[in-house]
Amino acid sequence: MAAKTFYDKLWDAHVVRYDDDGTALLYIDRQLIHEVTSPQAFEGLRIAGRSPWRSEANLATPDHNVPTTDLEKGITDPVARLQVETLDNNCDEFGITEFKRGDLRQGIVHVVGPEQGATLPGMTVVCGDSHTSTHGASGALAFGIGTSEVEHVLATQCLIQKKSKSMLVQVDGELSAGVDAKDLALAIIGKMGTAGGTGYVIEFGGEAVRALSVEGRMTLCNMTIEAGARSGIVAVDQKTIDYMQGRPYAPQGDHWPLAVEWWNTLHSDEGAEFDKVVTLDGASIKPQVTWGTSPEMVVAVDSTIPDPAQESDPVKADGMRRALEYMGLEAGMAICDIKPDVVFIGSCTNSRIEDLRDAAKVAEGRKVASTIKQALVVPGSGLVKAQAEKEGLDKIFIEAGFEWREPGCSMCLAMNADKLEPGERCASTSNRNFEGRQGQGGRTHLVGPAMAAAAAITGHFVDVRSL
Amino acid sequence: MDPFNNFSGLVVPLDRSNVDTDAIIPKQFLKSIKRSGFGPNLFDEWRYLDRGEPGVDCAGRPLNEEFILNEARYQGASILLARENFGCGSSREHAPWALEDYGFKVIIAPSYADIFFNNCFKNGIWPIVLPAEVMDGLFELASRDEPMQIEVDLKAQQLVVGDAIIDVEIDSFRKHCLINGLDDIGLTLQHVDDIKAYEAQRRQQAPWLFT
Repeated sequence: MAAKTFYDKLWDAHVVRYDDDGTALLYIDRQLIHEVTSPQAFEGLRIAGRSPWRSEANLATPDHNVPTTDLEKGITDPVARLQVETLDNNCDEFGITEFKRGDLRQGIVHVVGPEQGATLPGMTVVCGDSHTSTHGASGALAFGIGTSEVEHVLATQCLIQKKSKSMLVQVDGELSAGVDAKDLALAIIGKMGTAGGTGYVIEFGGEAVRALSVEGRMTLCNMTIEAGARSGIVAVDQKTIDYMQGRPYAPQGDHWPLAVEWWNTLHSDEGAEFDKVVTLDGASIKPQVTWGTSPEMVVAVDSTIPDPAQESDPVKADGMRRALEYMGLEAGMAICDIKPDVVFIGSCTNSRIEDLRDAAKVAEGRKVASTIKQALVVPGSGLVKAQAEKEGLDKIFIEAGFEWREPGCSMCLAMNADKLEPGERCASTSNRNFEGRQGQGGRTHLVGPAMAAAAAITGHFVDVRSL
Repeated sequence: MDPFNNFSGLVVPLDRSNVDTDAIIPKQFLKSIKRSGFGPNLFDEWRYLDRGEPGVDCAGRPLNEEFILNEARYQGASILLARENFGCGSSREHAPWALEDYGFKVIIAPSYADIFFNNCFKNGIWPIVLPAEVMDGLFELASRDEPMQIEVDLKAQQLVVGDAIIDVEIDSFRKHCLINGLDDIGLTLQHVDDIKAYEAQRRQQAPWLFT
């Protein structure tokens, strides 16, 4: 039998049928649902008189719109409130489990899914959100879809798909201490570009990836979409299996050994061929900071901002000039001279307990610089928040001058009240530095959680390893 | 979804790469629970000088005269020329909803982000891929004082630009769905027996997925 890639195995296990032209009907094991991209899908079901194929294959929680302050006050924005209530009503009507606001299990879908063991190795996982790629860290084939496809999965438990090409991103060597999964993700995007992964499913491998915790792998897979790829996956190993054991939705009893037996086959076979292979030296990666308005506009913290005049591609050079103007920066400026106004630690990329521990380690016994207007820590779920509080991380943050908030997407996309004012500059652990992403006119620099905390403390970007 | 008919349309060139879906339709408009009415807020932050909010009538808002969509010669455009990686970022289907609501039926770019590309077909928009060098020529023509019209023929998979004919590739299944305005769900539900057979076999192999 021909050697298969991990992606081949995931794909083959889920094909319901092929059409003559190679289009497949792919079975979906789990759909995660949130309030923003689902109302029109439920409405579509209702209009067509359809009901969900398997209600129990879906799991919902509100995250994009929820305020991160004052749980008791409810949602004051009437438009946002209507959307969250619409999710509540739709889940009630169609028999879908939802972790509602106030439930300890509520949080960002991509934090909640793995935390509950609801996104398992070998599954196909979809959600009306591009960062669904996160669940590839669990060994699942996971990708974001639009609202029409959300409706399609609700109605049929399937999607019409063509198989992507396969890419191996091999990171050899060890990451140096103080360099985390976010730095690795940004370094990969810097090398490949934001369209470098278009048309591919990326498997991340190599020593540096294997050494990451499952949560670190989630950060890496989360950012795969910023390289344009459909999914990012990491082969299942003992870490993955240990992570899943005992979680509420994980296999129980006799099912556990059966599941583990299959999960242990979920890796690329020796000699499996990829359509493309990219290699990086993990040891040479330094903490990363984005300077522009696309995640590929990224450099190491000890670098200077690149000069568009040195760029040979005119469209690219024009994009760089536009980005520098928007960001209020000059070519040649040292990254360490950039001073953020706001610091945001959170989002589906970096709001898990390990992220908060990394940031707290830097913040402990220090104070947020007086020039920082606001420093926010937004845990990814109610359970992450509770765990952090059990470890006393909330106190470390609060004593240092950070605000400790309720779970949600918050300032990653600024759909709730947490947003930048025009011209404000943010050190953010989120995933996108697009124009206006964190608020109209806001300027985003993407970094890892320790680097964000370090920027909060010193008032400028700094190599966290030097603190 | 309405069937996609052949048409001749005015072309507007948006000369930037990596145009993301946050730019196409900013997040504050995603709070809507409807799938229509996003057109006035298409490219909101580039199109207007003030801060856009849902529920505000855009007719009275100050326009950014420098933004290409606001130029008099491009009013009524139904074909959008774009650069590489158009539609990157968020999976929001609100992006094609806004483009469609504004009046765009065709986008022409050298490459698209994956999810956006899929979402277009679900909404009767044909996202056409052409090589960068052909794009350069189209941008040049579309930027002249006398704006360019393109005749779009999906059945023949051709664009007619003046005397020139450009052949276009499209996946046969997607072409079939666009031309006939087909609902994917209806198509998939023709295979109910296959789905049930798959589930029965899968339930044996991986029972934990069905608890």
